[in-house]
Amino acid sequence: MAQVTLRKLVKMYDEVQAVRGIDLDIADKEFIVLVGPSGCGKSTTLRMIAGLEEINSGDIAIGGHIVNDVPPKDRDIAMVFQNYALYPHMNVYENMSFGLKLKRTPKDVIDGRVKQAAQILDITELLDRKPKQLSGGQRQRVAMGRAIVRDPKVFLFDEPLSNLDAKLRVQMRTEIKKVHQKVRTTTVYVTHDQVEAMTLADRVVVMNAGLIEQVGTPNELYHTPATKFVAGFIGSPAMNFLKCSLEQAAGALRVRVSDTLSFPVPADRTQRYTPHVGKANLLLGLRPEHITETRRHTEPNQHDFDMKIDVVEPMGMETLVYFSVGGVELCGRVNPNAGAAEATSMKLLADLNNMHLIDDATGKVL
Amino acid sequence: MTDTAIRAGAAGPKYGSMSRDRRWALRWSYFFLVLFAIFFLTPPIYMFITSLKTSAEISAEINPWWVFNPTLGNYIELLTQDTFLRFFRNSAIVSILVVTITMAISVVAAFALARMKFWGSATLATGVFLTYLIPETLLFIPLFKMFAWVNETLGIQLMNNWWTMIILYPTLTVPFCTWIMIGYFASIPKELDEAALIDGATWTQTLTKIFIPVALPGIIAATIFAFTVSWAQFLYPLAFTTSTSELVLPVGIVTTLIKGDVFNWGQIMAGALLGAAPPLIIYAFLMDYYIAGLTAGATKG
Repeated sequence: MAQVTLRKLVKMYDEVQAVRGIDLDIADKEFIVLVGPSGCGKSTTLRMIAGLEEINSGDIAIGGHIVNDVPPKDRDIAMVFQNYALYPHMNVYENMSFGLKLKRTPKDVIDGRVKQAAQILDITELLDRKPKQLSGGQRQRVAMGRAIVRDPKVFLFDEPLSNLDAKLRVQMRTEIKKVHQKVRTTTVYVTHDQVEAMTLADRVVVMNAGLIEQVGTPNELYHTPATKFVAGFIGSPAMNFLKCSLEQAAGALRVRVSDTLSFPVPADRTQRYTPHVGKANLLLGLRPEHITETRRHTEPNQHDFDMKIDVVEPMGMETLVYFSVGGVELCGRVNPNAGAAEATSMKLLADLNNMHLIDDATGKVL
Repeated sequence: MTDTAIRAGAAGPKYGSMSRDRRWALRWSYFFLVLFAIFFLTPPIYMFITSLKTSAEISAEINPWWVFNPTLGNYIELLTQDTFLRFFRNSAIVSILVVTITMAISVVAAFALARMKFWGSATLATGVFLTYLIPETLLFIPLFKMFAWVNETLGIQLMNNWWTMIILYPTLTVPFCTWIMIGYFASIPKELDEAALIDGATWTQTLTKIFIPVALPGIIAATIFAFTVSWAQFLYPLAFTTSTSELVLPVGIVTTLIKGDVFNWGQIMAGALLGAAPPLIIYAFLMDYYIAGLTAGATKG
């Protein structure tokens, strides 16, 4: 049993607040990913859980016990670092067994655990190599092996894939997920890569400027972001934001984005959005995949509009089209066969079923 | 058509000039390397030549660069003299103990200054280096005063004792070696001691099991430095020791082989060469370790 609980956690560096009072409950065996731009406090939070950074106020509990003043070695955690941090003068076996040896674990127990971990990670044949004889991916595996053999309550990963090339990163991502399925240990994983966060996490914690913006499953974050920051951070290409206003006419709402362009708001949202009619600082959020080429059979709340395309980026499976409305550049994802061409007009379709209305003053999704 | 174009390019003036530039650069570097080699090797060669001559041949007006009657007499005479062996023994004991003391202090001090961030640690690190910058010529007069005070209050005579050097030399070697080791420890990635910390290592274990093995090239560099300084130190033993039995090698050679205005050149040269041998041997043995970078592979390579 190892839940991790953070209560009103604060970290200051001199006068700067790196982490500004966050609360988080991590369930036993859960895979949590902290994601956010650099400087958002995600690494600091992880290092506070590890005990590598002192906390200024608040509480950290691991497995129900408050560990605020417990040194790292007594917290029963294991950490995987971005640059692997393997001991260069020890071979792989010695690297993995170092922690157990310090705890005076019997030799045969150490041997069993190292061999088992090596098998899980497929590094059995590397056990007597030195770190410098290993490739980046292999070093990353050894770093994970060193964490696994200790059989800790919590795994902490600090951007473990950032030093790998793109292809290896995807491969090791799957590997980490597989290892978690086998080992089933509570895991806190820090990354700035939202794709890593989405693919690995049971729940994602989006952080910004020392605060938690939203906690939720990858699908929750993607489809029902709570704030403009989350809406813009999750998803690539990023969500389009357009200044808009809400107009009421004959019991129905329309969202107007320019003098010439407005869309009717889906009927099931009318009640929710009515209080915001006439408000300033409203933004319409629409993901690129909800701006597509026009189709013969449209569903309710999908509306056609004509637009001059500025830039076309063929990606193979889809084509990205860029156009601008009221000086704001927008992105849409169309079928490669839809005939998108630069500097020509094209009939596009906006799927308002997936629209988000955002109050730009508070940053909240309404 | 492209074929001819490529061939024309290969024979073109640009390629030719590049390899010609490189050839000239090589010629110049060899020229200067040879020049420096001659410059630095001439004195030891001249010492060697002189050490094989008799006193009569040294003072004779013949070609000084050639030995007409080679003899090992100077070496034999030195190595059978009790005083010379005594100097050698004094120097060896002093140097070995000074190196041991220096490394014991500076490795631990550097680890604390480089890794345990405590109040004033940065200032202290700079302070350590500043003490190294004070020339020893400024220090030996106050040291006389201190020795007199020690003799008065504690009754310990520090003057004219070879073992006093064991206390004195670390004042020269510790600051510099600590400084070298701070630099070396600072180059070890922070994650390495954090990993050790999480693995359950204490500070002492982190130092002995991680830092010392990883920083071995730096430790060897510092050891070589400390040995060279204490082996070649001249001013302090000259100032603080006088009896023949208490002298170390550099001072011993100069004070016993120059009698008044009589220079026993053959033996001076033989003694100097014998004295230069130990550092040379140590350099030769430790160079490989020194060059081999042991941190390779700790982090992303």
